[in-house]
Amino acid sequence: MTPHTPGEATLLQRLRRHPVAGSLLATPVTLVALFALALVLACAIFAPWIARTNPYDLATLDLLDSHLPPAFMAKGDPRFLLGTDSQGADLASLLLYGLRVSLLVGLLAVSISVTLGTIAGLVSGYFGGLVDSIVMRIADIQFTFPAMMLALLIGGVSQSLLPNDKRAALAMPIVVLALGISHWPHFARLVRGAVLVERQKDYVAAAQLAGRGHPVLMFRHILPNVLNPIFVLATLDIAFAIMAEATLSFLSFGMPPTQPSLGTLIRIGYGYLYSGEWWVVVFPALTLVVLLVSINIVGDWLRDLLDPKLR
Amino acid sequence: MFAFLLNRLAHAVLVLLVVSILAFTLGSTVGDPVASILGLDATPADRAALRARLRLDEPVVLRYFLYLGDLLSGRLGNSYGAQRPIIDLLAERIPATVELALAALVLSVAIGVPLGVFAAAHPERRIVRFLMTSSVIGVSVPTFILGIILIFTFSLTLGWLPSFGRGEVLKFEYWTTGYLTASGLKSLIMPAICLAIGQIALVARLARAEMMGVLRTDYIRFARARGLSDRAVNFSHALRNTLIPIITVSGIQLGYLVAFAVVVEQVFQWPGMGTLFLQALSQTDVPLISAFLMAAALFFVSINLVVDLLYAIADPRLRIRSLAHGAGG
Repeated sequence: MTPHTPGEATLLQRLRRHPVAGSLLATPVTLVALFALALVLACAIFAPWIARTNPYDLATLDLLDSHLPPAFMAKGDPRFLLGTDSQGADLASLLLYGLRVSLLVGLLAVSISVTLGTIAGLVSGYFGGLVDSIVMRIADIQFTFPAMMLALLIGGVSQSLLPNDKRAALAMPIVVLALGISHWPHFARLVRGAVLVERQKDYVAAAQLAGRGHPVLMFRHILPNVLNPIFVLATLDIAFAIMAEATLSFLSFGMPPTQPSLGTLIRIGYGYLYSGEWWVVVFPALTLVVLLVSINIVGDWLRDLLDPKLR
Repeated sequence: MFAFLLNRLAHAVLVLLVVSILAFTLGSTVGDPVASILGLDATPADRAALRARLRLDEPVVLRYFLYLGDLLSGRLGNSYGAQRPIIDLLAERIPATVELALAALVLSVAIGVPLGVFAAAHPERRIVRFLMTSSVIGVSVPTFILGIILIFTFSLTLGWLPSFGRGEVLKFEYWTTGYLTASGLKSLIMPAICLAIGQIALVARLARAEMMGVLRTDYIRFARARGLSDRAVNFSHALRNTLIPIITVSGIQLGYLVAFAVVVEQVFQWPGMGTLFLQALSQTDVPLISAFLMAAALFFVSINLVVDLLYAIADPRLRIRSLAHGAGG
């Protein structure tokens, strides 16, 4: 490589050599996905300021506005960009708030599986022996069932056993727990494998000789070195959690209509598909698909960037 | 190999025991079976008699063993909602789900494997790159959205295919089949495709990865050096060695197919186990829910056992170990 002064290389050339920006520029699909994801996240975070109405506030609803098609259609109303639902609620506002709920549930669920799985994997890989056998056996029992099935069983059964008046209030904690519990073994297995490798390394032995206790060794020395694969799996897992939440809500065992996620909106909208009101189902479905596809593409890119060994 | 299988068998029994404890706890803590059988205006004497007959006053451990005995002899009790024996309900619904999952499995392997082989053999072709990129979309689109798209396109807009139900079915003893009637097959097309699409993408990705590994090995280079055609090398030499992982994964896929069949059945109102389970949940039909838990556990445990068995047969390392240990090992 010939030496160069900064003035000789254009900004684009310098960006191409940068490890992160370069890999982004090489795959335009990833760039588009990253942009889409940023846009969706911004919409979700700033929903209360972007949305024209607060869909949770029933006082703003007017039944005269119900069943309106999107603004760009012949019978549309310019106040309602994406049309209205059967209650006269602004679909665009419902969508923004629903996006919030979907993302919040997804993030909370993944943080539960990451926390549970990381602690279980660390303890299991670090101590080995009986603890390891017990933890891994529990994980194995869970692995017998596909995660989606487990989420449906936990979420569905606990919703079904609750009295009707408490279902709506407890829906979010139940969904979050069902999804979080159904996926922790993936993290436990990943972390355990990584810890088994790290344990053998000299820096752990050195820290041990310096008289550090088990918790310090586990969380301060080993954990930082196994964070990359956890981070990658967590990103891809958010897509799973959001998808599973939407599925649960579509089956009416997820988020209630009083606090709808994208999946709930799709379930409600699906009922109107036969009467020709396509917008109440198409826009939420499109938003969900864009969200999931972009998370998966960005997750795959992160995996290649941070951890080429993973899969 | 024997020790490996014994270990997996012990695991299977453990899973079934854990789920049976959960199902038993569910069935014995939620709801009052006496009230639901006799109604609210039964006399205290009637209730006491029924309690004694159902052995509800026995210690909990004994009741658990009685429950296990009932399970093993197939006495699953009555459903609250349908007021019929649960075992009959399950027997009616199982064929629909099995036929749906089987059709989807055949589709995903029949399309996914050739796609993966093609992608591995021609990694530079534009169509292959396009397919690999779009497989992310195949994996990302939720099953129920796919179902809605299919129904909207082929039922509501074009009017080609029915949007719900199984169509006409033929009955043989305990089994009902939609494979042999025109309307049954027409009804099967959309649910099976809906269930298969995500799996096609996964199987294709796996087949491609396995093929790329095998194509780099020496015996493939020798086969090419012998002047064999690309087709012969790709399909009869390389594919044979990728089939084992593909078969294994297909077994695991069958588990996923059944899990997502619940969703597909709901979208297409397919009269299978999934719709039965969702009905049970929405009616809080506790005996049916706990029976379903056991049925699901039994199903997934058996799938895993079969996969493990295939593994043991297919993986030469496990075979060698058993040879080394001799007849007793």
